[in-house]
Amino acid sequence: MPEMIALKGLTKRFGPLLAVDNISITLESGEVLGFLGPNGAGKSTTMRMITGFVEPTSGTAEVCGFDITRHPVEAKRRIGYLPEGAPTYGDMTPGSYLSFIAEVRGFDGAEKYRRIADVVEKVELAEVIHQPIDTLSKGFKRRVGLAQAMLHDPDILIMDEPTDGLDPNQKHQVRTLIREMSATKVIIISTHILEEVEAVCSRAVIIANGRLLADGTPEELVAQAPDHNAVIITVDKAKADAVEKSLKGIKEVKSVKAVKQADGTFRFRVRPKKGKLIATDVAAIVRARKIPVREMFVERGALDDVFRKITMPRKSDGQGDTKGNGDA
Amino acid sequence: MRNIGIIAKRELKGYFITPLAYIFIVIFLALTGAFAFYIGRFFTNEQASLVSFFNYHPWLYLVLIPAIAMRLWAEERKTGTIEILMTLPVSTTEAVLGKYLAAWVFSGIALILTFPFWITVNVLGDPDNGVIVTSYVGSFFMAGAFLAMGSCISALTRNQVIAFIVAATVCFLFTMSGLELVLNFFRLWAPEVVVRTVASMSFLTHFSGVMKGVIELRGLVFFVSLIAFWLFANVIVVDLKKAS
Repeated sequence: MPEMIALKGLTKRFGPLLAVDNISITLESGEVLGFLGPNGAGKSTTMRMITGFVEPTSGTAEVCGFDITRHPVEAKRRIGYLPEGAPTYGDMTPGSYLSFIAEVRGFDGAEKYRRIADVVEKVELAEVIHQPIDTLSKGFKRRVGLAQAMLHDPDILIMDEPTDGLDPNQKHQVRTLIREMSATKVIIISTHILEEVEAVCSRAVIIANGRLLADGTPEELVAQAPDHNAVIITVDKAKADAVEKSLKGIKEVKSVKAVKQADGTFRFRVRPKKGKLIATDVAAIVRARKIPVREMFVERGALDDVFRKITMPRKSDGQGDTKGNGDA
Repeated sequence: MRNIGIIAKRELKGYFITPLAYIFIVIFLALTGAFAFYIGRFFTNEQASLVSFFNYHPWLYLVLIPAIAMRLWAEERKTGTIEILMTLPVSTTEAVLGKYLAAWVFSGIALILTFPFWITVNVLGDPDNGVIVTSYVGSFFMAGAFLAMGSCISALTRNQVIAFIVAATVCFLFTMSGLELVLNFFRLWAPEVVVRTVASMSFLTHFSGVMKGVIELRGLVFFVSLIAFWLFANVIVVDLKKAS
C-alpha cells in the first residue's frame, strides 16, 4: 500500500496572509495524525485543501493517488470529512440527512439502509433519528456530523476539532470511536486538547503561522518538554539546604528549583540535561544521606509545555497564553 | 446527472419542511388573483382570455422570485453546510444545477396551482387554449430566468437580505429595460446598438411576445440563454467564493 495521503509543498495565501506555508507530509494506512497549533495556525485551511474545499495556491494534495485539484470527485469519494463546528442542514432530521448523504455517496435501496443503520448504531443516534437536527443538543449534532463522515466507511477520515464542545463522556466516546476505526484508515484530527493527542494519535505535528514546526510520535514530542524526566523531590526544611547542594552536585543536572510549600517543606524540581536520566542519581543521594523524603517522582513532561515552547519560542518557560487571532 | 437529481430532491424537500413553501404559494396565489381581478379587471373587460392574469407575472416575479432564490447559496454559506456539500463527491456544476432545478420546480408548482383561473375562463367563455399554454410556458421560463439571476447573486453573499435586494434590483432592471423611460435615458448618450441591446434584454418585451401566442421561439431562446448564462456565472462564483 503506497501512501494514502501525500501533501507536497502545500501552500495557501489569502491576499497578503500566508495561511499555510509549504507543508509536506505523507501518511500511511493505520496512522492517526493529530494536527496541533494555536488558533489561526492554518490547521483548518490545510484540512480544507486536502478535502478539496479550498484550492491550494501552490503545491498539491494527493489522496489515494488522486490529485485533489485535478481529480476532485475521485479523491472526495475516498474521504470522510467533519468540518469545524460540524455544520448540518438543521431543518432536516438525522434520518433524512443521512439518507441524502448515502445517496450522494452512491448507495441505494437495502445497502443504503444498512449503511445508515450501521452508522446510527455506532454513534448512538437512534433515539433522535426523527427529530429536526436544529432541536438537538450539541453532542447529538456533533454525532450527526460524525455519522455523515463515517457513512461510506472511507479510507481517509478528516475531522476538524471532533470533540470541541462535548462533555467528558462524549469526548471519551468519540475518542473510542476513533481508536476503533484507526487500524484500517488514515485519520487526521485537529485539536487544541493535547491529552487527546496522547490518547488517540500515533503521530502528531505542530503547526504555527502556517509552518510545520514539529513532527513525531506524541512520546517523541513529550520528550522535548523542559520537564521531561525531571525529578520532583520534597524534603523537610531542616534538610533543604543540604539537599539542594548535593542535587546541584550531580553532573547531569541542568537546574534545581526550590519552592517552599505551605506546610514548611521544600519541593525541588530537578531538571536533567537534555536526554539524560537522573532519577537513579537522585535516589542514590537520598539513600546515602538517609534523607527523609516526603515525595519523589519522575515527571513525563507535559505536551502543553512542548506546544508552548514550539509555538512561542521566546516565552518557552513563561505561562503566557497563546494569543488567538481567529481560525483561518 | 444522478447527483443533480439527489441534490434537487433534498433541496425541494427542504422547501416543504419549513412553512416557507406554503407561505410563498399562498401569497403567490393571492397576489396573482388580486392583480388579475382588481387591476387587470379579469371579469369586467369581457374577454375570454388570461391576458389580464399573465400581464402581472413579471411584476410579481420581481419580488417573489428573489425571495425563493436568496436562500439557495447564501444560507449554505451562512450555516457552513457549503463545506459539506462541496466536499461530497459532486461537481460544482451538479450542485448548482441541482439547487437551481429544485427552486425552478418549486416556482412551477406555484404556477400550476393557478389552474382555477384557466378553468374559470373556460367555463365562462371560449378562450384560445393554445395561447394560454404558451403563456404558461413563457411565464415558467421567465421565472426560470429570474431564478438563475437570483441564484447567482445569492452565491455572492452570505447575507440573505442583501441577496434579496440585489437580486430584486437586477430583476427590476431586466424587466424595465424595454420601457421608453429606460431607453430614453440610454438614447441621450449611447449609440443605437447599445439602445437596441438594452431593449432586447427586456423581459416585458419578450414575455408579451410569448403571451400573444405567437410561438415565440425567440422569446424562449432568450430566456433559455439567459438561464444558461447566469447559471454558468453561478458555477464560477461558487467556485471562487465558497470558502471566503
